Amino acid sequence: MVQKLDFIKETPSQTAGPYVHIGLAPAYAGFDIFENNFTNEIAGPNTRGERITIMGRVFDGSDAVVKDVLLESWQANTDGKYNHPEDFQTKDVDDDFRGWGRICSDFETGEFTLKTIKPGKVPGRNGSTQAPHISLWIVARGINIGLHTRLYFADETVANGTDPVLNGIELAERRKTLIAERSEQDGEVIYTFDIRLQGDGETVFFDI
Amino acid sequence: MTIERPNFQPSAPKPGEYYQRDRDWHPPAFAPIYKTSVLRSPKNALLSIDQSLSELTGPMFNHNELGPLDNDMISNYAKDGDPIGERIIVHGRVLDENGRGIPHTLVEAWQANAGGRYRHKKDTYLAPIDPNFGGCGRCLTDDQGYYYFRTIKPGPYPWRNYVNSWRPAHIHLSVFGPSFSQRLITQMYFEGDPLIDICPIVKTIPDEAAIKSLIAPLDMHNSIPMDTRAYKFDIVLRGRRSTLFENRLEGN
Repeated sequence: MVQKLDFIKETPSQTAGPYVHIGLAPAYAGFDIFENNFTNEIAGPNTRGERITIMGRVFDGSDAVVKDVLLESWQANTDGKYNHPEDFQTKDVDDDFRGWGRICSDFETGEFTLKTIKPGKVPGRNGSTQAPHISLWIVARGINIGLHTRLYFADETVANGTDPVLNGIELAERRKTLIAERSEQDGEVIYTFDIRLQGDGETVFFDI
Repeated sequence: MTIERPNFQPSAPKPGEYYQRDRDWHPPAFAPIYKTSVLRSPKNALLSIDQSLSELTGPMFNHNELGPLDNDMISNYAKDGDPIGERIIVHGRVLDENGRGIPHTLVEAWQANAGGRYRHKKDTYLAPIDPNFGGCGRCLTDDQGYYYFRTIKPGPYPWRNYVNSWRPAHIHLSVFGPSFSQRLITQMYFEGDPLIDICPIVKTIPDEAAIKSLIAPLDMHNSIPMDTRAYKFDIVLRGRRSTLFENRLEGN
């Protein structure tokens, strides 16, 4: 007999359900319980970088807006450094910026918002450079395992052109589903990023 | 807001990527017995990508972000007395697939009250709200990956999937781990509940052994006499490769 391989299996995922807000964002469920809540406004007063607002909606396969979705975002700081001990770069972390946000869509309109800073470029594998991007994770009723995607920025045409992940999407047309459009409203920089779970214009989702 | 950190150091030698997810073990996105998944599941295959810094890192949390009662659902919303229901402790370890405890990671939990009613503005089930029960808690694992909550055992809950569908008693759990690629939300069920076998959400999981791994056994050793029973529930997150050979994350 060969030696036994001692691995245990990952706990299987289950849907977050319609009441995910109770646990992850109680204010959205309609009550106040914790002193400190995790939110969608993640740039502090001293965070370096360009202030931006991400706005979007999530659509289902019948083109209806999904109004009970919860997203989380993960990103580097303005220099492209992750606030994590395994980021090997010599760049400085920003003590005022964790890089993580928790975002709930509005129950009436389905619109979600993230107030953050625009991330810098981060290293890819094998010496490549990744275009600025924000990793997103999406859970909701009807989603059995969280969906991973990435948001890129429309005004980063050159960097997007050489991004190893975008270029790994074989059907070039589908790359567009990951690009957020930039606009300005009352001096505020807005990036619009709609997510389509299924069907025409379906967003690219990753197995990471 | 300055975020203080536990003194976290990756184990040496620096490990490599996380093991790929076994997607035959997890539920598929499209599982028509759970009707809401029909329109909320992608038609295209997921695109597999190599892990970069973006996937190998993730948010970290510290004790000073949590309150002293955050892991005690019996007390953290009590207004004029204790909530009504079966007093239980839910405890266990957060491990990786190599069996190592994952220290200082955030575990969040939410659930219905003893009658199966959620404190959520969208829940209209006729069973009453318990004025002393909120139904959410959170904690950080200790140095060994151990976590524990105190709560009320949730009741089963009716929902409109089939005409007469009832969820088994369950607690929703959300876990992080040190990398965003490990992010996981799941549900734990209670040993012996006959509703487990007929629940469409449970049955989205194709593998019988995988379903069993979501059922917490009664743990009499950790029950407190004349006070509180205990259920044990270990949560396993993705493990990672041990060696650095051929690892070109850093471009060298």
